[in-house]
Order: sequence, then structure tokens, then C-alpha cells
Amino acid sequence: MIKLGHGHDKLSREIKKLSGINFNACLHCKCCTNACPFLEGMDYHPNQVIRLVQLGLEKKVLESSTIWVCVGCNTCCSHCPMAIDIPAVMDSLRQMALEQGVKIAEPDILNFHKEVLKTVEKYGRTHKLEIMMRYKLKKMDLLSDMGVGLKMLKKRKLDLTPSKIKEKASLEKIFKK
Amino acid sequence: MKKSSKNSLQKFSFFPGCSLKASGHENTDSIYKFCKLINVELVELDDWNCCGSSSAHSVDREVAKNLPMRNISLAPKGMPLMVACPSCMIRLQQTYLHIKQSEKLRKEYEENWGTFDENLKIVHFFEIFEQINLEDSVENPKEKLNKIKVAPYYGCMLYTPPDMRFGKSYYGLMEKSLKSLGAQIIEYGYSTQCCGTYLSVAKPRIAQNVVNRVISKAMEAGAECIVTACSMCHLNLEIRCTIKDSIPVLHFSELLSMALGEKDHKKWFPRHIVDPIPLLKKRGLL
Repeated sequence: MIKLGHGHDKLSREIKKLSGINFNACLHCKCCTNACPFLEGMDYHPNQVIRLVQLGLEKKVLESSTIWVCVGCNTCCSHCPMAIDIPAVMDSLRQMALEQGVKIAEPDILNFHKEVLKTVEKYGRTHKLEIMMRYKLKKMDLLSDMGVGLKMLKKRKLDLTPSKIKEKASLEKIFKK
Repeated sequence: MKKSSKNSLQKFSFFPGCSLKASGHENTDSIYKFCKLINVELVELDDWNCCGSSSAHSVDREVAKNLPMRNISLAPKGMPLMVACPSCMIRLQQTYLHIKQSEKLRKEYEENWGTFDENLKIVHFFEIFEQINLEDSVENPKEKLNKIKVAPYYGCMLYTPPDMRFGKSYYGLMEKSLKSLGAQIIEYGYSTQCCGTYLSVAKPRIAQNVVNRVISKAMEAGAECIVTACSMCHLNLEIRCTIKDSIPVLHFSELLSMALGEKDHKKWFPRHIVDPIPLLKKRGLL
């Protein structure tokens, strides 16, 4: 039995405000979970994440792997009979996890996102080779997956030089902190 | 011989996106060539930037909003903006929709990026199939793809956020157009399962399982090749497949251009991990 503490709905109110999504319409029918292709990497199913938020179990949900493994493919919300934008809820949970500085369950995925945005901030476009090199360096793991990297280079799937935008000034505007 | 095209010239500004422009060059080239063959002119959006991809909305919502805004502001007036990457399409169209719906966001846009074009049309590459007649673009269309057995793969492109649910659904478009050009369509049940996108880098094992499932199911159903609509899907299906003697993965645009008689395709196939040339030769397409 879960005893709900006083103010347990604080989390759900905050996530609702951040995402603009009314996930309390969730029927827990599990259509989302049955449709999700990535359950094997998740500790909680998508509908369970919604439930954790509803119950106000903040630490559990913000430290879950699910919020990072979700790629936002929209398969879940396309199957949802209540049309709940679950990926948008995941976006808000990730944002809250970062702001609160909780333990990130999937640091590799976060590092990957950071490296992607670094190349976008530098060039205005992503540069796959640099993203992968820096990601592997940070992970201190250059050797695993080497075969795939070499195959990609051989088949020229990784451009050596970045594609850049001309108007650099707008990047400052986009990435203003 | 190609008939004089019955399709009148249409012009689009074109947003390629990073996956096409900085990796899937064979996809970009075949899109341009296909469009030329059906009398559609593409003008690359000048100085476009990354749409933000999955990473921006995952970790930085301000950046996720600003990146598509700049692209929208670059679009020339009076010309629809065509996007070929399904993921970029969602980022651009959803941002556009949100600006239209929110006065606050519109104000923010106009302060930073200038006047908002209320009439801008953002369309996916698939939209042109509504306006052209493929069969009219070539003689004896039914013979062109010589019964090649294709398994169309949409990945997640048919799934949209709920606020975009009332847009067009393109389910069946690849089947319909490839069939009209003489291909045999293989049903295999996994055509709309997401390819795993960036999990391919950060969680390769998960991506590998997803990709192997899609390709093995297509092979079991008798497909000779898979046809993708997205450059990112194409990359993942190629690099994460560990099935022995796997089948080739072709871009939709590659097969379309070849069916319409495009001969300048030598640069496309060396970029594929599973060489499609033996299959294309066997079917008399090369």
C-alpha cells in the first residue's frame, strides 16, 4: 500500500505546468506501454512513469532510466486513447531532473545530447564525427563499437568536416543563457 | 523514353536537415534527381540550421524552441517549405503551430526573428505525391521496378504528437507509389516500429535488437530489400544490423529515381553497407 503524504500532488501540478499536458486523463490502459519499442531499456513502463508522477514519488521518477531511454518517437501518444502527449511529459521530467541535480540514471544518453548541442552551438548544424569522437572520449571508451565506426567511415557515412551556417551571430541568440 | 511530363512545374524551398546534408548524401542527391524528373524544383533554404533534433527538446527547451524559429524566419514568402526528414518536419511544424496558437510565443518570435509569416506552408516530401501522377511521368510504369520485393519501412514518421494528430497521414504512400511502378509489396508487420534513433550511439544493444527485429521480420516475409523514408532510419538499419546475409536497405528516393529512368546513380550505392547492386542487377534495374 502506498500512503500518500501531505502535498503529494505538488509534483504532478509542477509537471503539468511545465509540460502543459493533462496526464491525469490517463486511464492506465497501457496502450502506450504495449506500443513502446524500448521497454527493455526502461526500469518503469511509460504508464508507470505517469503513475509515479500522480503519486508524487519524485525521487523515483526523476532518477528513473525511462525518462532518458524514451526517444520521443511518439508511438505511445499515437496509441493513447486519451491523446496524452507522453513524450512532452518525459521532456519536462528530464528538465526537472537536470534542474534538481538528481542522479541521472543514463549519463551516456545525457552526454550524447550535450555533445550534439555543442556541435550545433559551434556550427549551427550537427557534426556526427565530432559528436561520436567526443562522446567516446568522455566515456573513456574508444574501442567498443570500433567496427561500426570504421564501417561508417569506410562507407563515407561520417563527413570529416562539419557543415556550417554562415550567420554565426544568430547562434548566440539561440543559445543565450 | 520519358513522356513529356504532364506535371506542371512546382517550386519549393527545401530544408534538408543534418541527417541528409551531412551524412545521407545519396538520399539528398536522389531526392533532387527524382524531383527534377517530376518537374519539381527544389531551392535549398539559404543558411538553414539544425532543427534541434532529439537532443534539444531532451535537455534544453529554450534552444529547442529557438532553432526551428530561425529556420521558419528564413523561409521565403509565397513558397512552401519542403522537409524530407520526418523528425525535422515535426520540430518545424510543431513550433510553427505553437507560434500560431500562442500570442506570447508570437511576440517572442517577432522580437527575435522578424515578422511571422502566417501563410507559410511546411510540407513533407511525401506531400508532392498528392499533386503528381507517377504513372504519367514514365512510359509503361508497371514494368519499371520489375516485381522487386520491397518491404517499406516508415519508422516513427507516421506518429505525431497529439496536437498534430489532425494532419495528414501518409500510411500506405510508399506501398501505393512503388506498386504503381511495378514493385511487389511485402507486408511484415514492423514497418512502423521506431529505429531507435540516437540509442544507436548511447545504447547500441537496444538499437541492435530493434533493427534486427525489423529486418529479420521483413526477410522472413520474403522481402528482397527494405525501403526507408528517413535518412536516420536508413543509417540505423544499416549500421546496427548484425544479421548474416542481410538484405539491402534502399532510400525511397533512390528506387523512385531509378524507376523514372535516372542513370546518374553511381555515387549512391558505394555508400551502402549491404551492396544493393547484385539485387538491382538481378531484377534488371541496372
